[in-house]
Amino acid sequence: MTPEQEAIIAERRSYRRRRMIDAARLLPVFGVAFFSIPLLWSGAEGRTSTTSAMLYIFGIWAVLAATSAAISRHLRPEGGGSSRQAGGR
Amino acid sequence: MVTLNLLILICLAYVVFLFAVAFAADRAAIRGRGKWLNTPLVYTLSLSIYCTAWTFYGAVGFAARSGLEYVTIYLGPTLVMVGWWWALRKMVRVGRAQRITSIADLISSRYGKSNGLAVFVTIFAVIGTTPYIALQLQSVTLSFAVFTEAGAAIPLSHQSTALWVAAGLVLFTILFGTRNLDANERHHGVVMAIALEAVVKLFALLAVGVFVVWGLSGGVQGIVARIDASKIAEFDVSGSRWAGLTMLSAAAFLCLPRMFQVMVVENEDEGHLRMASWAFPTYLMLMSLFVVPIAVVGLDLMPEGANPDLFVLTVPLSEGQNGLAILSFLGGFSSATSMVIVAAIALSTMVSNHIVMPLWLSATGGTAVMSGDMRNVALLTRRFSIAGVIFLGYLYFHVSGGGTALAAIGLVSFAGVAQFLPAMIGGLFWRGATRSGAFAGLGMGFLLWLFTLFLPSFGPGTILPQAVFDQGLFGLIWLRPQALFGIVGLDPLVHAVMWSMTLNTGAFVLVSLLSFPQPVERLQAAQYVDVFQHSVTTGSWSGGMAQSEDLLIMSQRILGAPQAQAFFASAARAQGVNGYLPEPSPKFLNQLERELAGSVGGATAHAMVSQIVGRAAVSVEDLMAVADETAQIMEYSSRLEAKSAEQTRTARQLREANEKLTQLSVQKDEFLSQVSHELRTPMTSIRAFSEILRDTRELSAGEQAKYSSIIHDETVRLTRLLDDLLDLSVLESGRVNLNLQAGTLGNMLDRAEAAAGAGLRIERGKADGDIVLTTDLDRLAQVFINLMANTRKYCDADEPVLSISTMRTGGDLVIDFVDNGCGIRAGQQAVIFEKFSRLGDNTVGGAGLGLAICREIMTRLGGAISYLPGQAGAAFRVTLPLETRVAAQ
Repeated sequence: MTPEQEAIIAERRSYRRRRMIDAARLLPVFGVAFFSIPLLWSGAEGRTSTTSAMLYIFGIWAVLAATSAAISRHLRPEGGGSSRQAGGR
Repeated sequence: MVTLNLLILICLAYVVFLFAVAFAADRAAIRGRGKWLNTPLVYTLSLSIYCTAWTFYGAVGFAARSGLEYVTIYLGPTLVMVGWWWALRKMVRVGRAQRITSIADLISSRYGKSNGLAVFVTIFAVIGTTPYIALQLQSVTLSFAVFTEAGAAIPLSHQSTALWVAAGLVLFTILFGTRNLDANERHHGVVMAIALEAVVKLFALLAVGVFVVWGLSGGVQGIVARIDASKIAEFDVSGSRWAGLTMLSAAAFLCLPRMFQVMVVENEDEGHLRMASWAFPTYLMLMSLFVVPIAVVGLDLMPEGANPDLFVLTVPLSEGQNGLAILSFLGGFSSATSMVIVAAIALSTMVSNHIVMPLWLSATGGTAVMSGDMRNVALLTRRFSIAGVIFLGYLYFHVSGGGTALAAIGLVSFAGVAQFLPAMIGGLFWRGATRSGAFAGLGMGFLLWLFTLFLPSFGPGTILPQAVFDQGLFGLIWLRPQALFGIVGLDPLVHAVMWSMTLNTGAFVLVSLLSFPQPVERLQAAQYVDVFQHSVTTGSWSGGMAQSEDLLIMSQRILGAPQAQAFFASAARAQGVNGYLPEPSPKFLNQLERELAGSVGGATAHAMVSQIVGRAAVSVEDLMAVADETAQIMEYSSRLEAKSAEQTRTARQLREANEKLTQLSVQKDEFLSQVSHELRTPMTSIRAFSEILRDTRELSAGEQAKYSSIIHDETVRLTRLLDDLLDLSVLESGRVNLNLQAGTLGNMLDRAEAAAGAGLRIERGKADGDIVLTTDLDRLAQVFINLMANTRKYCDADEPVLSISTMRTGGDLVIDFVDNGCGIRAGQQAVIFEKFSRLGDNTVGGAGLGLAICREIMTRLGGAISYLPGQAGAAFRVTLPLETRVAAQ
């Protein structure tokens, strides 16, 4: 009768939604990882040029925004506002 | 050349336009036609007040000095926005649930509605934001100066420009920021104006960028070559600053009072975050896209020593692009003004709710009921606070002389407000965070920020003497402001952020762990941390006597008479009371407090209600209610589950019952048709032979006798059939009278054998004779006879043998009748006890009622008869209780 037990297998739509929530949670982690990569450049031999650094940073930036857009499309509030479902920590 | 007059004219026209937009938006909202004001797009654009004049001008200067490092200021917010599911969603939900009016309110409400904490946060925020406002004034002044130097006829002093701008901002903010007292009612006009300014500044910066890349450098190839040839061609960012600044900007994004204002307080709909989560990072990316090109071209074109902070203006101007320069000026002007407006609103709310109102309350004798109109007082305070905050900014600008590079001031301010982060995030995610912990952390952070960053930012010898920089505070070498604990060689900013944030968090966690929270804190902790589970506050007011009238009087002063009366009337209606005065129930008091909190902040509202009602008591029940809520939800859901299981069960039973009824109906039809069939066959022959007897004259005596005996036999058969049917119906209806007698089993079997055992070899055990039964002997014998007759009729063995064995199991006597025939096929075993079921072709006479009658008899006698599969031949098992309990008659 615990919440874990009641939802071992969710229906397809809410399964998709939960995975999207997972994705929304993971996205900033990936963002931090990718934006930390420039930390490695300063120590490297043969300095990275500003233009290629710009290409990298703005590229990642655009990808992050696009991914976030794709994820948030799937995170519409559930009908009736079942906050309990939506808010599982 | 742009004359200063033209510039001022354009500037004024733009400001008038902004006023008009704000006014129109406010009007539309009041008339309820403001749906388009609440779109996610407007929300996203309003977030752009993060990009102040610091971004607009300062980022280029930042890039010209240290290359790509400037992007860290935008990467932090991007990460926060992209990770909205973690923190922002919770902040917005808590903000709406608790009717939070500012970040000070958020923190103080979380830690037991402590006004002390709110005052602390407010003062801190004012100190942290003042340089930032000064920064905006400075940038507007500098941008004016660019045009003045370029071709001004009238000299215009920096100070007076700043003063005029400040005065204009005060006017705008007071007009549109203090229209309504309830901070939870959105400032539609202001938000709309900000959204418009967001578009202007983005458009202006992109226009300058496009001009620089395609107009001056000949496209992307050209600008790449130019960057590669410039002094910032290499990515030369120290790792500590890269990581430190990104973290700092992320923290500041969450904690800046003005960001909190637009992000949480002005938020109309949680769903808007979804769009902002990608649109705002895109906005930031576009804002920073052309910064490096502009910086590089500026370094190229401008004379040595030109202020890189103003390249956005000076580059177009030097190329004779006056239109573009003016657009760019308007962009910078927009950035500066929107920031000042929102920051002033946010700070004034904090100052009036957490400092002035409590002071005023205690100054007026401590009674909220007695003295004058609170509403006007609150509005007036807020207006004065706005003027005060902006004037403080002007004062800072005036005193500091506007010398320092823009970015440096901005970062000092960022580091200051970032000190709120541990208390805020801890409060949102950790139930164990306590007020003492928050105080300790904030205090520690504030002191360190002051000592390591804020005071040194004025330069050695201004406030902190040079000696402190060299020898440390009180001559203690490990207390040097830029080398705490003797660690030297760190960038001063990173040094300050690292130490202040670590020690702040450390003190916060440590003191929280060691201290014990008050009941109110624990209640609020549950409300915050589990905001997605709990949505309503549990009661914390112990209701008093007849104070409703006092409460109404007080509320009218804060909310305004019509609104307060409407609120009280609806509450009274909800309680089923007529008129305007509801019972001061805990629930109502909570609603009222929440309502008041929207106007004067949580701590003040709490204090005011408690003045009238008496001390707010958090009862043990309240705490237990919170603790139990989760358990209750679980219990409720398990109850639901049980109920649904029960319903499934009932449905199954109903389905079974229905099937049974359908079967019974079919059986009844079959029974009727079989009965008529069974009756018809003998009737037909009786009729035929009686007609022969009647109509045929020349019948021999032998023939007559033969026909009559046929008729006789058929009537006997008919009678038997009718007897059986009657018997069965009597048995089935339960109206049978049992004639209980004692007798031995052996006797009964003897009787049965004598009646039906002819032509049958019957093998019996020896124990039969000893078993004494008290039952309806005749009925039981009927069963035995029937079984023996069946064996005789149906057993297909050459020499039919019926073996009867008896045994006792528990309290039952079990008698098995097993013959040596081929038995009954499995498919038919189920139906042999049904009425009119006859096996195989109807070669042997019989209506097929025998076993049905047997079953009914055994049921009446409290026993059972069943087919026993898996024996040598057909086998029937008769079970009978030794102690006869006759079934209900």
